Parts: sequence; structure tokens; C-alpha cells
Amino acid sequence: MKHSEDDTHNSDDTHSGDSVEAFVPARESDTGTTSTDADDEATVVRSDGGTVDRDSPFETTASVAETRNDRIDRFLEEYIRTPWSILRNDWRALVAFAILGIYFIIGTVGVYLVEPTHPAQGPQLVGAFENWDHPLGTTTNGRDILSMTVHSTPTILIMMASGAAFTVAVGTFFGVVAGYKGGMVDTVLSSITDVFINIPGLPLVIVLATLLEAWINNPVTLGVLLAVAAWAGLARAIRSQVLTIRNESFVEAARAMDMPTRWILIKEILPHLMPYIVVNMVNAARHIIFSAVALYYLGVLPFSDANWGVMLENAYQSGALYRTDALHWLLVPMIAISGIAMGLILLAQSLDRVFNPRIRARHQDIGGDEGLEPDSESETKDMMNV
Amino acid sequence: MNWKIRRLGQGLFTIWAVMTLAFVLTRMMPGNPVDAFVAQIGPELDNPQEAYELAEIYMNINPEAPMHIAYIDYMTAMLQGDMGYSMSQNATVTSIMADAIPWTLFVMSWAIFIGFVVGISLGALMAYWEGSKFDVAFTGYATVLTSIPFYVLALLLLMTFAYRLNWFPTGGRRPTGVEAGFNLPFMLGIIHHAALPVFSMFVASGAASLTMRGNSVRVLGEDYLRVARLRGLPDSTIAVRYVARNAILPMYTGLMIAIGTMFGGAIVLEEIFSYRGMGYYMIQAVRARDYPLMMGAFTVITIAVVIALLIADLTYGKIDPRAGGEDREAF
Repeated sequence: MKHSEDDTHNSDDTHSGDSVEAFVPARESDTGTTSTDADDEATVVRSDGGTVDRDSPFETTASVAETRNDRIDRFLEEYIRTPWSILRNDWRALVAFAILGIYFIIGTVGVYLVEPTHPAQGPQLVGAFENWDHPLGTTTNGRDILSMTVHSTPTILIMMASGAAFTVAVGTFFGVVAGYKGGMVDTVLSSITDVFINIPGLPLVIVLATLLEAWINNPVTLGVLLAVAAWAGLARAIRSQVLTIRNESFVEAARAMDMPTRWILIKEILPHLMPYIVVNMVNAARHIIFSAVALYYLGVLPFSDANWGVMLENAYQSGALYRTDALHWLLVPMIAISGIAMGLILLAQSLDRVFNPRIRARHQDIGGDEGLEPDSESETKDMMNV
Repeated sequence: MNWKIRRLGQGLFTIWAVMTLAFVLTRMMPGNPVDAFVAQIGPELDNPQEAYELAEIYMNINPEAPMHIAYIDYMTAMLQGDMGYSMSQNATVTSIMADAIPWTLFVMSWAIFIGFVVGISLGALMAYWEGSKFDVAFTGYATVLTSIPFYVLALLLLMTFAYRLNWFPTGGRRPTGVEAGFNLPFMLGIIHHAALPVFSMFVASGAASLTMRGNSVRVLGEDYLRVARLRGLPDSTIAVRYVARNAILPMYTGLMIAIGTMFGGAIVLEEIFSYRGMGYYMIQAVRARDYPLMMGAFTVITIAVVIALLIADLTYGKIDPRAGGEDREAF
């Protein structure tokens, strides 16, 4: 009993030893060429194709089976580590995360720290930074501006998130399906898209908001309403991208293998569009905020509580444009809107970098040197200045 | 040719869809404007039945008629240019709109034109000197500009240049006390009034320049530029024919969307500057719940956008021969 157990152990050991011997040299050569350039031994082995101890190249199979851990590792590499290493070196990303993080904290924690304001809470029109009971000053009603700004953040954030999600979901669906399927499906979906592109967005939303007043008083429905005018542009842009992808060899291969259309769309085409979609989602969020605040300012959207747009309108109505003592009332919501927009723009720009294949290759551990193209900056300079 | 006809049909389809939408919304919404109008005005009349006739005069919709007949009546009236009667402005919607359209077109076309010309030139220069101080400075400037909504810039401009410095009028669209017509003071007065609204749209140039910069940088990395240089083509030819042209093409979709949003943006802008264009009347109508005027303004703005996009689309074929003609296999 004990003996046999030893036997199996032995055989196991020898077996694993074999396999290690079989693939270790090849692996070393791989890492050798990528990390350090001058490694003579490794290049020698590599020139032999990395299969020096095999008799026939035809018997060679993948030396390592991809385990679950490898897959997780690859996933982490692709979606977490590489983006992180790019973002870490990009000040725009850091600033963007800082700005958006501050807004998020204000919207979640800040709401509990700053108590809601009410009319006649303080004296009328205290200026900003004059009185530490009201750091950002008060309105003509004596309402605290800091508190109003903080308490409108969650609504705006929810509206932004739901609007952006809706825009991207509908836009991607219409764009991908229309671009890939072609024919009748394309005609129908594209016609719908074109009608929505042709209808000017803000007027449509104003008409809908006026007529649906009773139905749209929570931030999620408001976000979706604002997105009604925004998805079509994305759909058209995505469709034109899909038109170039649909004839690529990997898509044709999948089609030749008789994969279901849904599978091709989700597994083959969508991953190639992800960078584009993510960047557009960030831009959509900015547009939603801009139009939401504009509509609040115009007094078109129904509102139950203060928010940046309503503050803007109240300040405007109180003559903040020509009264110096009310100036802070107008500037605070303006800065709040521009600040979050700035965060979103910087995020979009840095994400653009994350998805740029040239920059990606530079930051990726896996993959060979030959994948690296020369730096675009020096190249273009050479070209234009010679 | 076939494609142009299809594109024209598409424009007409959109206009029809919007008119139908306007009808459906005014007629079938819960608490619909027509019923509300009848309920509101009916009791004040000697003969409550007259309320229905008035509804037809104001909104072109007879609430008593069956839906399909009401729809046909409504569409017939619209096609004849009769958009109903405005309750708040006490004039026909058609005459109000006819008066407002040129002003909005004037302001918006200049805003779009200046925004894109400035944006494209800036973006091209930024890409040309990529990585230089000029590029870094102006990328930062464009980023800041893009994160400011145009209405915030409009309010700031109005505050500074109109209320504080008195350089520009605080509202209105034409000088007072000057005889209207083709005389110099009147023309200058119009430009004076339009300057701030047009300049507010300057923020669009920020977004355009960033897009243009990105596109140009991408084009600058292409092989055909290297070939062009090897062929010994002069710099100016390369810059205009190869770089600019190929970098502007992808911005076309952006321009299309910009036209749509800018006409929408005209509403906010005209409201801020009290510039009596289509958008200004639309907001007045929304505030007064003047549905005929609101729907009329919506329809007119849509038609303006459809025509603008149609022109953009048809001229685009001249810039890019690849546009149009889509014969693709369907899966």
C-alpha cells in the first residue's frame, strides 16, 4: 500500500520533470527576447524555433495548456494591468480620476456631511469665502449655496449615468446590427437612425419634456429622455466602423463556421468596438449634463429640488448678470458644470490613449518587440520637417 | 443620382415623421393640449360648442372629428403653410416663424462657419507642430474651451461685455431708431447685436480643433504621405491635398451632428440674448403652454436642420468620391 503510493509519487515526479525540461528552454527564450535584448543563448535556441528537443515539428503541440489561471491572468493583463500602467503615466488620467472621484464623493458622502439648506438659513447674498458658516455664500433667499451645490450632485450623477448608458446601449445596438446585417435590416434601422439624426435634439427633448411633464420626475427617466436625442449620432458612427470590420478575415471565418449572428456580433465585432464605445460613453455623459443643465436653466424640465441648472436660472432671474453681490451665485454652478465636464474630457482623452495600439504595445509585457512601431511623434516630425 | 433621390426622400420622410409626431403628441398625450384648450376656453364662451371650432382654428385639429380625418385635415393645413394660430403672440404661427427664421439662420450659420474654420485651422496647426509648445498650449486651451458649455460662455460674455463694459447690447436682434433696410448703420447694428451670440458658439471650435488635431496626427502617420514626400511633391500640396482633405473627411459626421445640435442650441442662446429667433419663440410658447406655436417652432427648426443636413450630404459627395453608392452584400 505504502509502496505503491511511493511509486505513483515517483512516476508523477519524473513526468512533471520531463514536461518542465521540455518547455522551459523555449519559454526562457521567449521572455529573454522580450525583456532583455542581448541574450546570446536565448537567441540561439530561438533561431531553432524553440523546439530543439523534438524530433518532428509536426508532433509539436502547444507546450502549455491554457488553464483557468492563465485566462484570468490574460484578462487581468489586458483589462487591468496594461491600462493601469498607461494611465499611471498619464497626468490627464490622474487628474480626470481625481476630479470625477471628488464629484463622486460629494455625491455620496458629501450629501450626509452637508445638511440640506432652506430659505432664510443665513443672511441674504453673503459673498463667497466671506463667512465660514456659508463658505460659498448665500442666495437672495438666504439659502446656502454650498449645500445646494452638494445636494444637486447625486441627481446630476444619476441622470448622467443613466443617460450615457441608454445612449450607448441603443446606439451600439442600432449601429452594430445595421452595419453587420446589411440589406433590409440595415435599411430599416438606418432609416430610424437617420430620422433621429435629422430631428434636432434639444427641441425634441423640450417638446417631450413639456408634454410628458407628469411622467418624468425622477433622474433616471430624465436621463433616458435626454438620451433620446443623443443615441443616433453614435449609432451612425458605429455603423460605419462595423462596415470596415464586417469583411475582416476573422469575421468571415466565424461566418464560414456557421456561427450564429448574435455570437459573431458579441464575440467578434463588439470587442473591436469597445474602445470606441467607452470613449463615446464618456462623451455622451458630458452631453447629457450639458443639455440637462440647459433645460433646467430654461425652466423646461420639472424639478423638485435645487440643482445646478435651477441655481443658474434663479441667479440669472435675480439679476446676477449686473449685480456684483450676486456674482458668486452664478459662478458656482458654472464651475460645477465645467469642472465635471473637464473631468470627463480628460478621461475620454486618456482612455483614447489606453486603447491606442501603439501605446498599448509599449506597456504590455506579453508580445514581441517587433509589434512595436516607431514612435509616431518623431516619425511625423521627420516627415514634415525634412 | 439614385442615391441623391433616396437622400431627398429620406429628408421628406423625416419632415413627415416630425409633423406626424407633432400631431400625435398634441392629440393623444394624456391630458392632451386640445382637450385642455377646449376645457379651458369652453365655459367662457356663450356657446361651448364654439370651443371646438376655435380649437380647429388654433391648432388645426378638430377634436370632434375621427382621428384619421383630423390627421388628414391637420396635414393638409400644414402643407399649405398654415401652422395654426398662436395664443400668446396673437398672430398666426406662420407669420411669426417667417419673421424669426432669417435671424436664426443668420446667427447660426455664422456660428457654425466661424467655429469650424477656426477649429480646423487650429487643429491642423496643432497637428503640424505636434509636441511643440504651441501644440501643448492650444490642446490645453481647447480642452478647457470644450468643457465649458456654450451657454455658460454666453452668460459670462453677456455679463462682461454687455452689462459691465457696455460694448454690446444686452439683448434684441436689431438696432432701435435706425431705419430698416440695406443701409450701413442698420447692417452694422445687426452685426453688433449678433456678435455675442455668434462668439458664444466659439466653444464649438475647441471640440472641432481637438478632433481635427487627432485626425491629422493619424493621417500624418500614413504611408501615402511618405510616398508623396518621396515623389518630391511640395509641402503645400501635401498639406492641403493629402493631410487636410483626409483629416477633414471623418469630421463630416461630427459636422452633421453639430448642425443638428447647434440649431437646438439656438434655443438656449436666443433665450439668453433675447434674440427673437425660432428658439426664442419656442421657449416663450413652452412657458405660456402655447402648443400651436411650440409645435410650429419645433417643426420649422426640424425642417431647417433637415435642409442643412441635406445640403451638407449632397455637397459631401463632391469632396469625397467614396461617399454614396452603397452596394453591399447582406448577411
